[in-house]
Amino acid sequence: MMNATGTASTLSAENISVWFGERQVLQDVNLVFPANQVTALIGPSGCGKSTFLRTLNRMHELIPSAGLAGRVLLDGEDIYDPSMDAVDVRIKIGMVFQKPNPFPTMSIKENILSGLKLSGRKITDADELVETSLRRASIWNEVKDRLGDQALSLSGGQQQRLCIARSLAMNPEVLLMDEPCSALDPGSTRRIEETIQELSASMTIVIVTHNMQQAQRVSDQTAFFLADENTPGGVVEFGSTENVFNQPIDPRTNDYVNGHFG
Amino acid sequence: MANEQKTGSPEVSKRKLSSGPLSKGDKWFFRVTSISANFAFVLVALIVVFLFANAWPTLSSQGFSFLTGSNWNPDAKHPVMQLGPMLWGSLLIGFTGVLLAAPMAISAAYLIVYLLPKPAARVATTIIDLLAALPSVVIGLWGIAVFTPVAVNWAKISNQLLGWIPIFHVKDPNAAFTDSPFIAGWIVAVMIVPIITSVTREIFSQMDDGLINGALALGGSRFSVFRRVIMPTSSSGIIGGILLGLGRALGETVAILYVLQLSFKINFFSLLESRGGAVASWILARFGEASNSEFHGLMAAGLVIFLVTLAVNMLASFIVNRAQPWRKN
Repeated sequence: MMNATGTASTLSAENISVWFGERQVLQDVNLVFPANQVTALIGPSGCGKSTFLRTLNRMHELIPSAGLAGRVLLDGEDIYDPSMDAVDVRIKIGMVFQKPNPFPTMSIKENILSGLKLSGRKITDADELVETSLRRASIWNEVKDRLGDQALSLSGGQQQRLCIARSLAMNPEVLLMDEPCSALDPGSTRRIEETIQELSASMTIVIVTHNMQQAQRVSDQTAFFLADENTPGGVVEFGSTENVFNQPIDPRTNDYVNGHFG
Repeated sequence: MANEQKTGSPEVSKRKLSSGPLSKGDKWFFRVTSISANFAFVLVALIVVFLFANAWPTLSSQGFSFLTGSNWNPDAKHPVMQLGPMLWGSLLIGFTGVLLAAPMAISAAYLIVYLLPKPAARVATTIIDLLAALPSVVIGLWGIAVFTPVAVNWAKISNQLLGWIPIFHVKDPNAAFTDSPFIAGWIVAVMIVPIITSVTREIFSQMDDGLINGALALGGSRFSVFRRVIMPTSSSGIIGGILLGLGRALGETVAILYVLQLSFKINFFSLLESRGGAVASWILARFGEASNSEFHGLMAAGLVIFLVTLAVNMLASFIVNRAQPWRKN
């Protein structure tokens, strides 16, 4: 068994509304992501779930004209407080993207250490950190003999697990995943789902997914996002994954999880 | 059987589909375009032949010392024409210009692509492109009338502070600091900032946003992302752009003539000394009063700078074309 190296934290979003310029895309989202739980965010395209995810580690503010209302608390501390440094927030709350994005000019090993270098952190015992991170992302055995190879020499699924390992090297308390398997084949998807389950022992995970089965397989709780035409998106239903899928309260949730739209 | 498969049957014959003219008008259109296009190629070929033929008397009599020697005496009994100091001077000024222009151009490209809002970025792009549209004689006049007095002060300060470094050393304690490769390098830098900016801008805007977002999400600052992700990923394209700038700098003529003291006493790297060389400027300076013998020498000089520029430009295009394996899809 892997040792849990991080300390999971509870993340909560309070009254989150989001704008792009004048256009409001999310209204009044309230969600709590308890420590060591996996939360799935589901909903049709354009409902704002990826945008919401990006507010949770202050990536949303990188878009010019982005606007936000509400608070995001990491163990009770507002990550948008003026005294909070966006860099520190992003180190504590890691992110894995839809498309694998290993740095093409770096080797596998350099990719793992890239976060420490980018954030100006000291690297102590690089080799051990590289091995631990790659093991936690279950890719160590596949790459241990070629850590010096270019990251782009890996397959798509391996690249995505490398990106997960790269985030893990920063020892985050929360890991945000934005449709991490949408560009991958079923075999790679299954392996990443297994990794998610293992990682939840040591961190809090929020995953955006379009795949209903995936949400059911990996998550403890599920939030269903929906946006009607020309109105901001919001959460229709939030509860245990079991309930959201099997006994949804809202008929729209029932329609969506049973594949009637979206 | 009617449905029998006939594999490799000779009855199935491949037709060649026409991509030719569709009408009588097309025929004329094709003729006119191909004649015009060929005319351009022929013109280039004729110029090269003309250059080579006229350069040959000098090249054959002077041999390799045409490139390496430091003497220009075309009307002596045994004419001596050795281009060394001019050729070296072109390179020295070109590299100085590139060294000064590259940081400005890369910063401008970063500003335009990553920092400025769209409308402001468009304005900035236009302004920098406008710099490329300025005739070089205007830049030369500005160089001598406006810039030289300013640059002389910079040169003095550099000499006082950094005189112990050979490139900032001057022998003469009363040096004027005018007409130096340093000033010529600055003038050339002004002229090549646009081309380097435009190539770098193109490379930056083709960068995969996913890489930049990934780096920021890992806790990168704007600067660390620039240094560790953007620059390494774009470096070969930027080097190509810098070489394109170098190509332009090597061929620069009239602007340099205004601000540089041309001298056959070779100046290897003393940037602040008031003497230097530039092949193209030398041709311009001498051509009006050249004797027949010197005419061939200047043609040979033209051939040399043409070949050097051509080589630099080809290397640049090669690098730029190969440089973008990480475009966004």
